[in-house]
Amino acid sequence: MTIQVEVLDEAVPRRGALRRFRRHPVALAGLVFLFLVVLAAIFARPLSGHDPNQIDLLAARAAPSGEHWLGTDSTGRDVFSRLVFAGRVSLGVGIASAALAVVLGTVLGGIAGLLGGWVDGLVMRIADVFMSFPSLVVIVVVAGILGPSVVTMVIAIGLFQWPVCGRIVRGVTLSLREQEYVLASRATGAGPMWLLRRHIIPAALPPVSVAATLAVAQAIALEATLSFLGLGVQPPSASWGNMLTDAQSLTVIRTEPWLWLSPGVAVALTVLAVNFIGDGLRDAVDPRQS
Amino acid sequence: MTQPLLKVEGLAKHFPIRKGVLRRQAGAVRAVDGVDLELAAGETLSLVGESGCGKSTTGRLLVRLLEPTAGRILFEGADLARLPQSQLRAKRRDIQIMFQDPYASLSPRMTVHEIVAEPLRVQGCYAEGGAERVAELLRLVGLRPEHARRYAHEFSGGQRQRVGLARALALNPRLLVLDEPVSALDVSVQAQVINQLRDLQDRLGLAYLFISHNLSVVRHISHRVAVMYLGGIVETGTRADIFTRPTHPYTQALLSAIPVPSPVGRDERDRITLTGDVPSPADPPSGCRFRTRCWKAQDVCAQETPTLIDRIGAGHPSACHFPELPTTS
Amino acid sequence: MTVLLRIENLSVDFHTDDAVVHAVDGVDLEVHEGEIVAVVGESGSGKTVTAMSVLRLLREPAARVSAGTLAFRGQDLRGLSPRQLRAIRGGPVGMIFQDPMTALNPVLSIGDQIAETVLLHQDRRDRKAARARAVELLALVGVPDAAHRARQYPHEFSGGMRQRAMIAMAIANDPDLIIADEPTTALDVTIQAQVLQLLRKAQRETGAATILITHDLGVVAELADRVVVMYAGRVVETAEVHALFGKPRHPYTLGLLASLPRMDTETDRLDPIPGNPPNMASPPPGCPFHPRCPLARDICRTERPALLDLGDGRRSACHFHEELA
Repeated sequence: MTIQVEVLDEAVPRRGALRRFRRHPVALAGLVFLFLVVLAAIFARPLSGHDPNQIDLLAARAAPSGEHWLGTDSTGRDVFSRLVFAGRVSLGVGIASAALAVVLGTVLGGIAGLLGGWVDGLVMRIADVFMSFPSLVVIVVVAGILGPSVVTMVIAIGLFQWPVCGRIVRGVTLSLREQEYVLASRATGAGPMWLLRRHIIPAALPPVSVAATLAVAQAIALEATLSFLGLGVQPPSASWGNMLTDAQSLTVIRTEPWLWLSPGVAVALTVLAVNFIGDGLRDAVDPRQS
Repeated sequence: MTQPLLKVEGLAKHFPIRKGVLRRQAGAVRAVDGVDLELAAGETLSLVGESGCGKSTTGRLLVRLLEPTAGRILFEGADLARLPQSQLRAKRRDIQIMFQDPYASLSPRMTVHEIVAEPLRVQGCYAEGGAERVAELLRLVGLRPEHARRYAHEFSGGQRQRVGLARALALNPRLLVLDEPVSALDVSVQAQVINQLRDLQDRLGLAYLFISHNLSVVRHISHRVAVMYLGGIVETGTRADIFTRPTHPYTQALLSAIPVPSPVGRDERDRITLTGDVPSPADPPSGCRFRTRCWKAQDVCAQETPTLIDRIGAGHPSACHFPELPTTS
Repeated sequence: MTVLLRIENLSVDFHTDDAVVHAVDGVDLEVHEGEIVAVVGESGSGKTVTAMSVLRLLREPAARVSAGTLAFRGQDLRGLSPRQLRAIRGGPVGMIFQDPMTALNPVLSIGDQIAETVLLHQDRRDRKAARARAVELLALVGVPDAAHRARQYPHEFSGGMRQRAMIAMAIANDPDLIIADEPTTALDVTIQAQVLQLLRKAQRETGAATILITHDLGVVAELADRVVVMYAGRVVETAEVHALFGKPRHPYTLGLLASLPRMDTETDRLDPIPGNPPNMASPPPGCPFHPRCPLARDICRTERPALLDLGDGRRSACHFHEELA
């Protein structure tokens, strides 16, 4: 006995999400901008023309020119080159710490949701502790303990950010736990790891990807702050944050605007772009529209 | 007499009610409170009752989606209730479950192929001939294997239930727990799935524990029936016993309440209408649980819980102090 | 018998991002004073949308309602202002919804909610009288200890009790018409029996006409005087209840009756209708039932059958209804 199957046009449910994202002009603009930043970061070497660490005291504090597109800093290093190489650090730290936060959050949130009971209570209280301290204080303390470096920053920022992802994954787990298709899986002998991998993570992917994107934006801003404070990327390596350190005196602010405008605008626009992408993603995966 | 495939003794599930800051146990919801069942290979035992009677909970206890508070679940001799996790996994192949809601019982993110293949993958037997097995299963339930690439939401309710059935059959179970499998389907489609279930039982020799509140459907698929009320079984027997010779007042009221799809003689029809509501399973009445709604209740009903035995030689047991065969057949 | 509600050529379209769904496609319906009309159908039949559009309860502009005639007691409902519609809802027309838990306000007591509808349609100032009437109504619908119960909240009532409260609200202002949307579907069968008995009593005592929307043919057989069968947004058959069950004149009705598992027939294989109810975003051309119909022929695939008058109040939308006579 054959059964007629009605053919519907929409073969894949995810396509709806992509379509909705495409309708978000601001998010698309953000995506384009980010894409350019990523390209610049990848092709930093051929793009820059100058060695970012090349000191040339004769050309110090030069205004932007054909030779130095964004001028030079106090020791004659090309600002544009430093900017582009610094982009690598910012993006790298941003993505790495967000990734750490997602992995930690998924594992801990999933286990808390699946096992419940005291495990859930313990994990949530730890998350509360992490969330209740002001971010900068926690990160500064961690950086102080571990010593300032890129790795320190990634760990510190990631540790600060994991509770957000953790809560999301835990929430998804709790709501899926009693769904009949998860029960059916359990009835065939599936254990918690299988459920996490096969059912919970795919379901958590939309909200987590939104949270992860916003975490990247936050991480980039935090990295800039830390490096500015001298707790992150150490000179002579360039970071948008420590480029701002150079531009601290009032004289510089007034007379050599290219020194603070360049990294400042770079950080601001990149963070803005990533935030817009996150907004677009959030609207695209909005369950009310599916 | 051959040993039954499934023998359940004194099965109970109490959900604790926790109150106060320290979450102390203040009582328990006695969802399943001492249930005995027997099921032979290849036969259908229906568990009927209204909401809150514990029939769904019983079904989930059998596949150990819930841990029993007490009792034994003897499947081919082994007590499933006490089996450690390591041995339970292998035993799970023999008892599977199919759920009620065609929309919630299939993952929205997996294709039909992945849904039906999942049990095979979980048990590690997909590698050898898994893909063919999935196609075979889909054919078995009346679907076309080509449609395995589609997602569940592209199918209608009846087809989705068939996918759920294919998944439940993937590991070649001997016993299938069916938790209200057609209740959420359109009437014109229910009959298709019921026929399918009967055919599969004949072909594969499956035993079914059919859980339902719909007595008309139960009558078409069962060999034997057990009636549940507030966590306990009040009457059990063959299909003929329950439908033509019920002795427990609740069974009689239940049968009388079913609307008949024929207007002929509707004004003269003799109906038993129960008064009041079902008591809370957290605080069941003493003695016979049905006494608060029963027209025959006497003092002894509050003092002594009636056991499930045949008191009047009706041929099947009933948990009532005053069982009576119906006056009209 | 006078016609209380007249609907002619009702159409309701839902506009979504992807498609237009023709939920109701040219429905004619009449309700006479004092009669119980059952509207029967499965998912996608349009029965609930039809009922909701009578009182303009559908959210516009998502739903586009159009009709040739939509008249209650001779008054055209289409041109009424929201205030005029509100005067009718809960007053001359009472509604009973399927899920009492979502239809009742969880933060108001049951008594207050019944009293509210009394106040809205009768004397607006006499709260005391309204509350007394609420208690009276609760007792009338069989809620024990009504005075005490009236002060309780919906979550303290069981499903059957809540439905009784809804019925009390619907009859509070002595309606001419009650619209009951699947009133017993969410209830257990023994509770359903109680509520059906109550509906019968309420109808007899108020003399109100009733539109009973349901998918359960047993409920139809118990209560209805006349039956309207809907499929894919259209009326396919109308008949007096004994006539419909005795001799259906549309293959869908026939198939539906044949596929029911029943207490009064043999327990051989059931006789299902093959296939599935149609997808209302893209219904089949011609007669919507043709993919599942044993009588289907070429004309059925191309030409939509009109709802023909067969005499004796019977109507059927089938090209080959004579074959079922």
